[in-house]
Amino acid sequence: MSFSEADIAAIWLTLRLATTVTLVLMVIGTPIAWWLARTRSWWKGPVGAVVALPLVLPPTVLGFYLLVAMGPNGPIGQVTQSLGLGTLPFTFWGLVVGSVFYSMPFVVQPIQNAIEALGERPLEVAATLRAGPWDRFFTVVLPLAKPGFLTAAILGFAHTVGEFGVVLMIGGNIPGETRVVSVQIYDHVEALEYAQAHALSGAMVIFSFVVLLVVYGYQRMQAPLGMKYRV
Amino acid sequence: MAVASNFTAPMKEIAAAFERSSGHRVTLSFGSSGKFFAQIKHGAPFQVFFSADRAKPEALEKAGLVVPESRFTYAVGALALWSVRPGYVDDDSARLKKGDFRKLALANPKLAPYGMAAVEVLQNLKLKEATQAKWVYGENISQTYQFVGSGNAELGFVAVSQIMDKGRIAKGFAWIVPGELHDPIRQDAVLLKRGAHSDAARALLHFVRGEKAAQILQSYGYKTLADVN
Repeated sequence: MSFSEADIAAIWLTLRLATTVTLVLMVIGTPIAWWLARTRSWWKGPVGAVVALPLVLPPTVLGFYLLVAMGPNGPIGQVTQSLGLGTLPFTFWGLVVGSVFYSMPFVVQPIQNAIEALGERPLEVAATLRAGPWDRFFTVVLPLAKPGFLTAAILGFAHTVGEFGVVLMIGGNIPGETRVVSVQIYDHVEALEYAQAHALSGAMVIFSFVVLLVVYGYQRMQAPLGMKYRV
Repeated sequence: MAVASNFTAPMKEIAAAFERSSGHRVTLSFGSSGKFFAQIKHGAPFQVFFSADRAKPEALEKAGLVVPESRFTYAVGALALWSVRPGYVDDDSARLKKGDFRKLALANPKLAPYGMAAVEVLQNLKLKEATQAKWVYGENISQTYQFVGSGNAELGFVAVSQIMDKGRIAKGFAWIVPGELHDPIRQDAVLLKRGAHSDAARALLHFVRGEKAAQILQSYGYKTLADVN
């Protein structure tokens, strides 16, 4: 197995994208998961469904809407242009935005499950001990729901690494900017360079297998706590 | 019959004319030449293959999947610099030369003959190095068209056939690139072994070389090999 310089550039870019997306998702996914886990509002159903949409929609649908919305005449494109940022398609940050939508359920759902599994009790106890909301989150929820957060981070990362359709639609295949591993593999196959395609694909299979093995192994360790998330 | 997707519209018209004049029935399947190539190699039941390039029919010929001496150039593509925004293309390449744009879309030259031709044009205009940082690749000429058509890239090299309808530029602004700036974009067809005994397949390939088909080709901005030589 040997990788060309372009392959290695694609691998680095993919890791950079997945890391960025995971960090962004942990920050914005946590409050969404928190709200979904604890609310009794009528909105829980619709919001939960919107978060879960990328699980069932073809990536082409998401990619198509993002391309139109982020384009020069789309609503997001109008905002980014008026801020002097230009438009997002064909840029690394465009891929970040797309991937955040695309990987959202993989981050929100494990955290939501973990918080739901905690129940009201630990938070009520903490409240009677005069812990404020932030204090309760960082000293009670975070440690107790740690397995959920870890699972969320790992799945968010892995799912972004495995992304293809959205990137293909909004990426524009720019080396070092938007040409991630999955696109590189596609190009190798289309150009009939099967040896290179094999090397990269093999690496992806091993990576994905190891990630899932780690997640399942970790969940088994935590199983007595009753926190599980199935992919 | 497997047909490269960039040839969808003219082939529908050619097939309809052929069916009217011959009474044969044609079943068309449109897709990327690369995928058809892989499928034909693995036994897909196509009788005729209209590729978007020369390399794939040639490779099938070498692999012995083609009726000998059936390969020919059915169309020669033309390239256009295209934009949907006013002021970017004005019957020439001035704006391209000035570098006054953010993104230039072209088909991936590794995969698509139109992308290769676009790179040749930029090379011949001595603009390759200057513009390279602004290139965005479509996976094929259709995606390149869509990048420019949606306005996400201000400029792009697309196939004339994509923007031409009944002999006129249907949308946006275009500079038809002079043919001497790139090698001819020849699209080849072959009769596959599975079609060797099909009268309909042979009749169709004959029809495609005829006068009626040439008219249809031209109305979509393609040339015939005779025009080029």
